[in-house]
Formats: sequence, structure tokens, C-alpha cells
Amino acid sequence: MKGDVLVAAAASGGPALVLDRPISFWGGVDARTGRIADVRHPQHGQSVTGTVLFVPATIGSSSASAVLMELVHRDLAPAAIVLHEPDAILLLGLIVAREMGWPIPPAVKLDRRFHARFRGQHVSIDNEGAIDAPVFSSARDA
Amino acid sequence: MPLELSEEERATAAGEHGAGAAMAMRIVAESARLLGAPRLISIASAHIDGALYHGDSGTLFAERLVDGGAKVAVRATLNVGALDLAGGCRVRLEEPQRAMARRMMHAYRAMGCEPTWTCAPYQAGHRPAFGSDVAWGESNAVVFCNSVLGARTNRYGDFLDIACAIAGCAPYTGLHRPRNRRAEVVFDVSHLPAEFLASEIAWPVLGSLFGREIGDGVGVVTGIAAHPGEDALKAFGAAAASAGAVGLFHIAGVTPEAPDVAAAGGGMTPKHTITVTPQMVADAQRRLSTANAPDRIDAVAVGSPHLSLDEVARLEELVAGRRLRVPLYACTGRHVLETIDRDGRRKLLEACGVTIVADTCVVVTPIMAELPSGVLMTNSGKFAHYAPGNTGYDVLYGSLADCVESAVSGRPQFGAATEAVGR
Repeated sequence: MKGDVLVAAAASGGPALVLDRPISFWGGVDARTGRIADVRHPQHGQSVTGTVLFVPATIGSSSASAVLMELVHRDLAPAAIVLHEPDAILLLGLIVAREMGWPIPPAVKLDRRFHARFRGQHVSIDNEGAIDAPVFSSARDA
Repeated sequence: MPLELSEEERATAAGEHGAGAAMAMRIVAESARLLGAPRLISIASAHIDGALYHGDSGTLFAERLVDGGAKVAVRATLNVGALDLAGGCRVRLEEPQRAMARRMMHAYRAMGCEPTWTCAPYQAGHRPAFGSDVAWGESNAVVFCNSVLGARTNRYGDFLDIACAIAGCAPYTGLHRPRNRRAEVVFDVSHLPAEFLASEIAWPVLGSLFGREIGDGVGVVTGIAAHPGEDALKAFGAAAASAGAVGLFHIAGVTPEAPDVAAAGGGMTPKHTITVTPQMVADAQRRLSTANAPDRIDAVAVGSPHLSLDEVARLEELVAGRRLRVPLYACTGRHVLETIDRDGRRKLLEACGVTIVADTCVVVTPIMAELPSGVLMTNSGKFAHYAPGNTGYDVLYGSLADCVESAVSGRPQFGAATEAVGR
């Protein structure tokens, strides 16, 4: 499946974490542990680290970028981020981290209607925004 | 529409004016691309929220800019930091975080930012001209700047605020564009009792309701007979910007882009109207408290946004030399501290049990005692919104007069001295 590259980075992959609800990174993700800290979020307690994180929507805080950059700096970032729509404030965290010379995960745009089919899959993303998972290759084989 | 940069902007991004300026310009340009802005515009000033410590990466970023020789190209004031440098309270931030927070504050000063350390820069002498484009951070400062001063800013977050200040420009999008500043909704308060509208809690409570109803849209308040005063508008905006994502409001007959309701709507009265009822106000007021009929309070916090000189004078008048039974944290900036220090008024307040918090505030950094099931009383819609999540205290909302009476007795007191309000 083809997504649009929002922030380019090296090809990447990891287990999918498909968020059931929108998330606010500031106050919603603990920058020291990588875990979802918002007690009202259905995936509270799960770690975003190393996952291909599917985000249906973000709740705006102007410090979301600081949290995402701190995750990158601590090696706790997702392996890749898939957003329904671009969130300039959140993605700024990746842009600044890249300016700092730290390896960043790619960010790709993909309509949230398609997020659920990646649930439970190991997802890979190439540097042109193609998103792949075993569920698709078995479909191709069939 | 793809982003077009001028020749000079491209040269800056390529490093013509040093590595720091280049990094700042690239950050502004990348943000503009993500926001879909067609070009960058010059800005007249900035207010920087990015000097509040959230982790080491922010400190390293600021120091990288300093190492690259970056300097702000426009006037840039600083929002609160994580440490109280001028006031009288101890922040419980331990090493090594404390040292990193201090390094961060130092780096922003080294780039030429003014050490205002306040969330009310507009009361500390930083008031951009009507119609000018600026890049401001801190939600209450943004909404005041847009609404009360009529300058134009989006809600600039960490990194982008300082990058714009260094580059001297910002993405042309959002509230910089006149057509996005028009009111889409009327928020009619004319059905509320005059007595309520004249009360001290009217503006923060209405702001909280406005924020929840309007979200990130633009609304115009109608039914206000006279200018309620700058501190009332400050409280309204702060509450609106914490309950919702409000960046701009209009008040017909009061704020500069709203001589009347049609002008606020860009030449026509908005089609949609929210008629505010006493019931809606009562609900909004109730929602500001999370404590359920407590029989005691553990602390009082006022000054979000930072107290003005007028608000400090009102606090002094209400305390009236009495000894407080629970700590009262009064958060303000050094622009106010200077005056009350000089006049000896700070010492008098401290002798009564008031803790003056300067350069920071009680919800952004650990100042208040760690107290599971503690109860904090406040008159600020913004403190009421953030205190439960950030401090662990439950909140009880009341007027400043109620807050002071409760601090004197240590028990929640309501209905105090309301006749003294609205003079």
C-alpha cells in the first residue's frame, strides 16, 4: 500500500501499533519510557518504542514536538509513524531531530480507513512511502 | 500550492549567515511545507515558549543554535522557565535535570532573548502593533496578542518559535491571513444576569465555556455593555485557550477587530449563534472544580496568567495584613516583582504567608508540596484546567476573594466580599 512521505528517512519496520483513539503526545506519551501515559487512552501502558505507530488523529498540544524529539534522543521513538493527516507540530519533532543529526523514523500519510488491516502485522516502510505487511504478500500469493 | 522561498531565504538556509541561522531557516521552511503555506512572511517580534525544560534534547537543540552563532533577528521575550530565579520559592527539580534546565535558560538568553520569563509578556511591555505579524508561543499569550492587541500570530510551539525569531519570518498561513480571522459563531451572553457579568468569576468561567463550545474556531462574544478591563480579557483568553484550542476571539464593541458583530464576521453577522444560558454557565463553573465538597483546602494558587500589578494590589487589599493558614502561591513576573520589591510590598505579603513565585508557575514545575489527595483552590480557569493532571491536586474553583478567605481559614469559603467586585 502506498503512503505519502511526510518526513523522509531510511526504510524501517516493526510490529504495528494501531491506535484506537486520537492521542496527545504531550501528556499522552511518557518521554522517559515511551509508554502511553494518558489513563483515558484505550492503549494506556503500551509502548510506542520500535513500533510502526498508526495514528488516527492527534490532539494538539504545542509541546508534542518536544516529546517526540525527546523520544528520538532517548532511542525510544517508534520505528515509523503513519498519520491520517499531517500534524505539523508533531512532525516538527522529527525535523528538528534530523537537524540535530539523530537518526529519525520516517513519517508517512495514510488514510485511517486502512490502518486497521495492519493490526497484528509486522510492517515495513520503504523510503518512498510504500507500506507493506505479510497480510498483503499472502494476498498477492493467493 | 508548493512553498516558494525567496533568494535570500534560500541563501540563509544554505548557510550564508552561519550554521545556526541556516538550521533555523530550514526548520521554518520545513514547517511551512508541512502546513501548506505558499511563502514566508516577515515578523515584527516573537514570544518564546520553548525555554521550558521537557528533557535534555531541548537543551541540546538550543545549545546547537548558540554554537552555530544564531541570534534572534527580532524582539523576542521569554515565557516561563522551569526555575524561579527571582522569586521566593524553591523548585523541587533535582540534578541533573536542574542543571539542564538552567543551561537551557542560559542558551536562550545567549541568542538575545529578553529574560522576561513571563506568560503575560503583553503586560511586561511587549505589545506588538495592531495588524503586525508576529510569532508567539504560549496559548494565553497567543490569544491575547491576536484578540486584544489585534496583532497576528498562530500558536507557535516549541522549536518553531525560536526558529522564526532567528529567521525573522514565519509560514504565511492560519491567523496571519485576514480571511481566517473572521468570526464564524456568535457567543451571545446578553441573557445572563448583569450581576453575574459584573462578578469576578464571570470572565474565566465564560472563557472556559467559550473554549469548549468553539474549539479551534473563531467566535464573537455579544451582549457586553462595557469594556471589562484588560485583566478580565486576559482571564477569558487563558481559560478559552486551555479548555479549547482558541487562538483568537472577538468581543463586539470591545476588541479591536470587532467594532460591531458584523465587522467581526468580516462584513456579515455569522449565521450560527450560541445563546449562553445561566444553566450553561453554572455547568461550566462546576466543571472547573474536581474536588467534591472538601472540608479543607491545602493550598491556594493564583496568577495564571501571571498577576498584573493591579491584580497584586487587589490581592493585598483582600489579604489585608491577615495571617494565612495555608500557603498561597502568587505567580507573577519580574516586571511586577520589581515594583513590589522596591515598595516593600513583597515582604508584607510574604509576612502574611504568601509565597511569591516568579519566572515560572506552580503547574509547569514542581513547587507545591507533594500531597496525594491535596486540594488546591484557585481563581484561574487555566490553573483549574491543568492543576489536576500536572500537580496531582484536586481543584476547587472560586473568586479571588473566596480564595483569600479560604486561605485565611483553611476551609473552603464561598460568597466572600462579592460586593467589592466590579468597581
